[in-house]
Amino acid sequence: MSAEVKPVDTLDLRGVLCPMNFVKTKLKLESMQKGEVLEVILDSGEPIQNVPKSIKEEGHKIIDVKKEDDHFRLLVEKGE
Amino acid sequence: MDRFIEDKTTRVEVSLDGETKKLDFGELKTGGFIKQRQRDLFTVRLRCPGGRVPTDKLIEISKIAHKYSKKGVIHLSFRQSIEILYVDYKDFPELVKELEAIGWKVASCGPRVRVPTACGGCEYNPNGLTDTQALAKMVDEKFFGTPTHHKFKISFSGCPIDCARTREMDLGFQGVVEPEWEEPPCTGCTICAEACKEGAIESDPDTGKPIYYPDKCIYCGDCIRACPTGAWRAKRYGHLVRIGGKHGRWPMEAVEVALFVPDEKVPEVIEKTIEWYMANGMRGERIGKTLERVGVEKYLEFMKDVFGDNVLEAKEAACQQK
Repeated sequence: MSAEVKPVDTLDLRGVLCPMNFVKTKLKLESMQKGEVLEVILDSGEPIQNVPKSIKEEGHKIIDVKKEDDHFRLLVEKGE
Repeated sequence: MDRFIEDKTTRVEVSLDGETKKLDFGELKTGGFIKQRQRDLFTVRLRCPGGRVPTDKLIEISKIAHKYSKKGVIHLSFRQSIEILYVDYKDFPELVKELEAIGWKVASCGPRVRVPTACGGCEYNPNGLTDTQALAKMVDEKFFGTPTHHKFKISFSGCPIDCARTREMDLGFQGVVEPEWEEPPCTGCTICAEACKEGAIESDPDTGKPIYYPDKCIYCGDCIRACPTGAWRAKRYGHLVRIGGKHGRWPMEAVEVALFVPDEKVPEVIEKTIEWYMANGMRGERIGKTLERVGVEKYLEFMKDVFGDNVLEAKEAACQQK
């Protein structure tokens, strides 16, 4: 399902600590239109424990997750 | 007035509004008026269940505190109350009248059910699983001031982080959620295994799908919140009930006695627990000591109908106590 989805932008948040990684994601999503997709790269550990929860709580949708070595590549669809 | 007068006599004659009245120190203490070091001055502890105070009331309380505190200070107590410091006992009738006018009450001290404490709970805290604030309000309305053998402290934590420290309460309720996994929406993304801080979820090396170890689960709901597709869902919410904890000079850790107790059972748990405590405890003995002396299994036997299937094994509970 996600193979065809083209993200409008990518945020490489490797090395960015909580909660700044979420704040950066949130700010980026705010500049986008509903339905547009953002690619986010997050470190394992605390970032991947926290950021997806917060993205969901803000009403966005995580449509794809790929684990690559010690980080995760997420596709986030902007909600309301 | 003598600094230690309340230790020598329970009643003193004081002149209030030119009229001689009697003040009962025993009554004062039940009413949350606490004697200070300073002659004639008392701390007045207000009743703030769960530490929640509407801002319009806070403004009025501030005005009253400013008027009656001889030093113009309040203290935020360890049990989430506002305490007006340096109040002259001669001002009590006026102060109470003014508090009544704004619909506010004074708390208590001594051997009785105290004002319950609570974290923010599920209303606004993302980790919250139970409505701790609503429960604290309910307990305050229903049980506040009930006489017991010794102080009886109740608290509500909304999740296993346990900010309201249910492990050191006479009776504590900590929010829990049982997670349930469904195969179809799961994409094997492995976020749940990453999100679980307890090692209760591992990812299958081939499919990425979760392998769940209930024994390690503390029912915090992190997996449910992290799951992007809703494959992890809440099966049921409830409370982990802890009993017999205390802090102070001789701290004791509470025993876990029941799991997934639903909201509607909370009043009955409190009522029956107090009933058991009053029947088995002794004057001046905290319920933790009563449990130690009489046996947790005796308490669980008494609570059989209340806890039902939610009870944790007596043996398990006894082990945890050690």
